[in-house]
Amino acid sequence: MPEPFKLILKNLDEPGFTPDIGCYQRHGGYEALKRALAMPARDLPDGKKLSPQEALREDVKASGLRGRGGAGFSAGLKWSFVDRRSGKPIYLICNADESEPGTFKDRQILHKDPHQLIEGMILSCWANDVKLAYIYIRGEMPVAAKLLNQALKEARAAGFLGKNILGTGYDLEIHVHRGAGAYICGEETGLIESLEGKRAYPRIKPPYFPAVLGLYMCPTIVNNVETLCHVKHIVLMGPTEYAKLGTPNNTGTRIVSLSGDVQKPGYYEIQVGRVTLGELIFDPNFGGGLKPGRTLKAIIPGGSSSKVLKAGEVFKLNRKGADGQMTKVDVSLLDLPYDFDSLQQAGTMSGSSAVIVLDDSRSMVQTLGNLSEFYAHESCGQCTPCREGALWLSKATHRLCNGEGRKADADYLTHIAQNIQGRTICAFGEAAAWPVLSFVKKFRDEFEAQGAADEAAQAKSPGTSSPKSSDPHSAAGSLQTH
Amino acid sequence: MSFSVPASLEAELDELTTHYPVQRSASLMFLHALQEHFGYISKDAVEWTARKLGLQPINVYELVTFYPMFRQEPLGKTHIKVCRTLSCSLAGSAELRERFCTRLGLDPHAHASQTTPDGQFTVEFVECLASCGTAPVVLVNEDLHHKVGTAEADAILKQGQKA
Repeated sequence: MPEPFKLILKNLDEPGFTPDIGCYQRHGGYEALKRALAMPARDLPDGKKLSPQEALREDVKASGLRGRGGAGFSAGLKWSFVDRRSGKPIYLICNADESEPGTFKDRQILHKDPHQLIEGMILSCWANDVKLAYIYIRGEMPVAAKLLNQALKEARAAGFLGKNILGTGYDLEIHVHRGAGAYICGEETGLIESLEGKRAYPRIKPPYFPAVLGLYMCPTIVNNVETLCHVKHIVLMGPTEYAKLGTPNNTGTRIVSLSGDVQKPGYYEIQVGRVTLGELIFDPNFGGGLKPGRTLKAIIPGGSSSKVLKAGEVFKLNRKGADGQMTKVDVSLLDLPYDFDSLQQAGTMSGSSAVIVLDDSRSMVQTLGNLSEFYAHESCGQCTPCREGALWLSKATHRLCNGEGRKADADYLTHIAQNIQGRTICAFGEAAAWPVLSFVKKFRDEFEAQGAADEAAQAKSPGTSSPKSSDPHSAAGSLQTH
Repeated sequence: MSFSVPASLEAELDELTTHYPVQRSASLMFLHALQEHFGYISKDAVEWTARKLGLQPINVYELVTFYPMFRQEPLGKTHIKVCRTLSCSLAGSAELRERFCTRLGLDPHAHASQTTPDGQFTVEFVECLASCGTAPVVLVNEDLHHKVGTAEADAILKQGQKA
């Protein structure tokens, strides 16, 4: 039976575990920092020497750690892109702007184990010669912001932060910066603009990425909360042991946020790729199955921006055979290993590892209506295809949700979405388009049937519209079909 | 009444500016603090912030209009934010918001945030509050309430009457 694997979540739900530094240290807290800062230079086989900081950067690369925020990019590689010759200060920002619908994993760390994040951050800053770092936290998490400030104060008092950390001569300051309710601040260049005190309009890239020109046009690292926590465990375990967790190219553990139509929604840490989507939903150690009498309809596998997967789908995945040859094998939806690569091969993504489960009671038209309204609200408005397109998508889906749909709306939605994706400054365009494209493609019959039914009703009594239509928020337009 | 920021708050804000190598960066934190103190961001607060940080008022005003958490008029003492987004919606957050509005004599079908005439309550539909596993969730001022059913909704209102 698949089991959860608690690395990041090891302590935070234990009875009596509190977010203060005393409790954290009683659980081995800041030992990784002490160990790393005392590391000698590393001799390489070719006679070269790696400074302890370089050695940690190499270890993070060797661990295979991939970003836990959404893109799944190699953390070590991201660090290696940092311009270390510019002579400018290097900044590190912790992205704690957790706002991808379906995601609530960082919230647990921030509220219950803030020192784990801070230790991971100090290590990451030290490895990258960072002297000033920020935690950009969602405005809607005021309690966590206070807890973090308290934790930073405690870390300073204990000599883990501030001037001359642990007597090594290394100085570091970390400050908490609060966002103010804009989803786009999770996009790293939008976040940087916001931290500079501006509207969170994402920057055009390429040519310049934050690693070269980021905060105040200085080299900048932006990492997710969970990613930074992993650095501590890479120090403690060593990269080789760490990389044994999970599966090749998908190493370590991940916290999966599970919500929607399951018996036991919640956050579950797994070894990446060692648990399948089906196990996450049905196993008693995880979701515990659907509500009584219900069958599975669809899974949104990696946050609301990921493409939806339909119950019964079968995917062609690359698998390495015993002879080392790659072959294509059929893998059904519920047998998909939950990792970065398998979901990508299934045409979607594990994103922020937020799994939203939909059962057969749900209308896909209404569900898409809900998501499209989110993207219409959250588009930052900087570029036209997204600002206008996200609103059109929302209007068209609401038309279908409120008895005013048209049969051609399925094509209309696809057409608009195709004209957003790939035509915007940041990935928000894709985030708004992908749910639409996948919902309409995989559940086309529902969209067409709704449009046809609305047209027939309108033909019967022309000129009247549904009383629900003025109110996109009406509970009458509920997500239930039957 | 003229606009004045208490000395203790100003000292707090001055300390905040030391967190950043560029003063402009402090503007979001200034606005949070001023909104917390005054209840909303007035034109005076925008101008005061701009003066303190060496900016043009428009540099601050454009933040107030961009970031959904900032508001330009006072709200109710109890600010009820009901999460609208998918997982909460699947768990009945639209019905929950309707219940709050109906109980408070507000229009359950109005789109925007609404405040009761006595200034006790504001009900707002907001986007994902990042607690989808305990849906539906409601943020009441700074406190997040999980799995809010009708009994808890009514308890929130009862508590708010006393505020």
